[in-house]
Amino acid sequence: MAIKDLPRDEYLLKGHAACPGCPITVALRIALKALGKKTILVIPACCSSVIEALYPKSAFNVPILNIAFEAAAAGASGVSAALKKLDKTDITPVVWAGDGGSYDIGIQALSGALERGTNFIYICYNNQMYSNTGIQRSGATPYGAWTTTTWTGKKEYQKELGEIVRAHHIPYVATAAISYPEDLYAKVLKAKNMSGPRYLEIFAPCPPGWRFDMSKTIEMARLAVETGAWVLYEEIDGRLAFTSYSKKILEGRDRKPIEDWLRLQGRFRYLTEDDIKKIKSRLDEKWNQYKAR
Amino acid sequence: MKTAISSPTIGAMGKTGTWRVFRPIIDVEKCIKCWRCWIFCPDGVISRNDHPRIDLEYCKGCGICAQECPVDAIKMEREKK
Amino acid sequence: MIVIDTGNNIAALAAKMARPQVIAAYPITPQTNVVERIAEFVEKGELDTEYIRVESEHSAMTACIAASATGVRTFTATSSHGLLLMHEMLHWAGLSRLPVVMVNVNRSIGPGWNIWSDLTDSLAQRDTGWIQLYASSNQEIFDNVIQAYKIAENEDIFLPVMVSYDGFILSHTSMPLDVPAQSKIDAFLPSFKPGWTLDVDHPITHGNIVPPKPYMDIRYSMENAMKKAQKIIEDVGEEWGKKFGRPYGLVQEYFCDDADYVFVTMAALAAEAKVAVDTLRGKGEKVGLINLRTVRPFPYSQLKYDNMIVIDRDLSPGLGGIIYHEMKKINSTMYSFIAGIGGVDVSYKDIERMYQLAQEGKEGWYPLEVK
Repeated sequence: MAIKDLPRDEYLLKGHAACPGCPITVALRIALKALGKKTILVIPACCSSVIEALYPKSAFNVPILNIAFEAAAAGASGVSAALKKLDKTDITPVVWAGDGGSYDIGIQALSGALERGTNFIYICYNNQMYSNTGIQRSGATPYGAWTTTTWTGKKEYQKELGEIVRAHHIPYVATAAISYPEDLYAKVLKAKNMSGPRYLEIFAPCPPGWRFDMSKTIEMARLAVETGAWVLYEEIDGRLAFTSYSKKILEGRDRKPIEDWLRLQGRFRYLTEDDIKKIKSRLDEKWNQYKAR
Repeated sequence: MKTAISSPTIGAMGKTGTWRVFRPIIDVEKCIKCWRCWIFCPDGVISRNDHPRIDLEYCKGCGICAQECPVDAIKMEREKK
Repeated sequence: MIVIDTGNNIAALAAKMARPQVIAAYPITPQTNVVERIAEFVEKGELDTEYIRVESEHSAMTACIAASATGVRTFTATSSHGLLLMHEMLHWAGLSRLPVVMVNVNRSIGPGWNIWSDLTDSLAQRDTGWIQLYASSNQEIFDNVIQAYKIAENEDIFLPVMVSYDGFILSHTSMPLDVPAQSKIDAFLPSFKPGWTLDVDHPITHGNIVPPKPYMDIRYSMENAMKKAQKIIEDVGEEWGKKFGRPYGLVQEYFCDDADYVFVTMAALAAEAKVAVDTLRGKGEKVGLINLRTVRPFPYSQLKYDNMIVIDRDLSPGLGGIIYHEMKKINSTMYSFIAGIGGVDVSYKDIERMYQLAQEGKEGWYPLEVK
């Protein structure tokens, strides 16, 4: 669906508390257009729980159960079970969580909910750090990135939660990025119209966390995909396919140099030539594997 | 019984337009109605009318709309004091 | 109908008869039979509930909270370390004012691993906003679980309720008890009506940032509900008495009226203390017993006796017996005994000995150090 044809309903109300240029709210606006009114969000501690603003007001126009940091998927399990008993399975329980609450502290609950075949959608927006608490490293933080707990750059490579989720063999696993709204919308819509456990991970470049100008949020997401640092894919009942620009790369288009993307982010300012070589060769290796599959 | 229940409210964080340092100005002549500005706006303050209109009460001035417009129809201007 | 069954099986039966629509639970010794019985009921078609076989106790309580918030009656069960793991979410359920009902099988906390009974696990949760009831027989387990729903779901309360009973002593011991017919339970328990709910037609956000002043209002509201709970627990217990022949109150008094000394204890120790009262009375001693059925809200008004011998099967290190210290504000002579910690056996003979020691003005850790 073209951008101009996307639904006009707004479930995220203006005047919310997000930073200017926040990728989370771009993603959320689009996702909610696909999910619609019959959605119950379960939101663990993360930027979104603050973006809701302060009691007694909320910036979200769908029901939200805020929940403890590690518990989002367990919360969605409870909502899903109750909806089934109440004969309200036309309502979709959706977790809306950051990478912190998904990759790290929330991974146990996520894995359990997936393995149990829970009827819900889990959406992880990934800004590659604990942004809500002020830019600390997470399991999703990439190699070499500055954070307030990795002042000289993270020494480890990030996990890939999408791969871990795929190992649970659920009906739908997909990745998206805010720079490709049609692709994101289509994926959320497809997930909504399926049942069982569905997982989406949305790439969300964060201006204060990654140190770039707030007007460049969409550009950062685009460049991440164009350099191959972030991959757009969709796996339906075990059949994996790359989508959108990532599909083009797989089919032969050259990836833009990764340095172009790294250079634009203050969090990578401390990378040495050696670091960049490491990142480059690891990325090349990954894409060679993708092409070999 | 009191528990932490909040109601959906426009302007929940107040008039976030006051956060702005730069404001977007749209040149409607150049606009091709692709509506990228509308979909990429993190605050949903751009409305779909005859041409994009920006709700300056809530626009935070991030500049994404200006950055993403394919025909450079949006410029960011510094707010006058 | 008279049945003979273990505390765990009876807890599961009571849960079944209360008709929760979502159960989320995780196994832990000595509670395991509860979750196993429930699985059997569900898979045999005897219990129409969504049973979430969660991957941890923290998730069990979270799922119950979420299901309750979506608008259904819920149930879970745990013990000791499982209860401790849930601690964050116990607070969450209380502050969310959700009427979740849970059964906790009391068990010592490790390390080292200790599966025997000790009440520190549930008493350590006394600040979480849960109403706490204790059972000293399998009959009381059944009766408390059903009443728990009526108390929790009372519109002046909307607080979660925990029913605790001793691991192995009750959980794995068969006792005879009377189980009312399902139709009578259905008549006693009205259908579930939530205090607030997640409704797509009237969207609300639960649990976003609350500034200090309104937060204090929320806490104040909780405390008021606890205050109201005193009378409601008594009312529900009275109604139960009328309908099923076994009245309940905040406490159970046994021969207190003319007593010179009154034992104050709870759970299985109270059952044992009853035997001690009988034997001592047989010897002409004027002793009585208060069985603390309710620990939250704490039934101060009921503890109006002098020379109270408080037996704690629990410990708050640096403070001493938890119940004894909760009672300190009562202006009365009291003797503190800490006994049965870690599941050490305490018989009615030990309790008789405690009476003798109290008469000598002694108290302390029985039998380690009494002075």
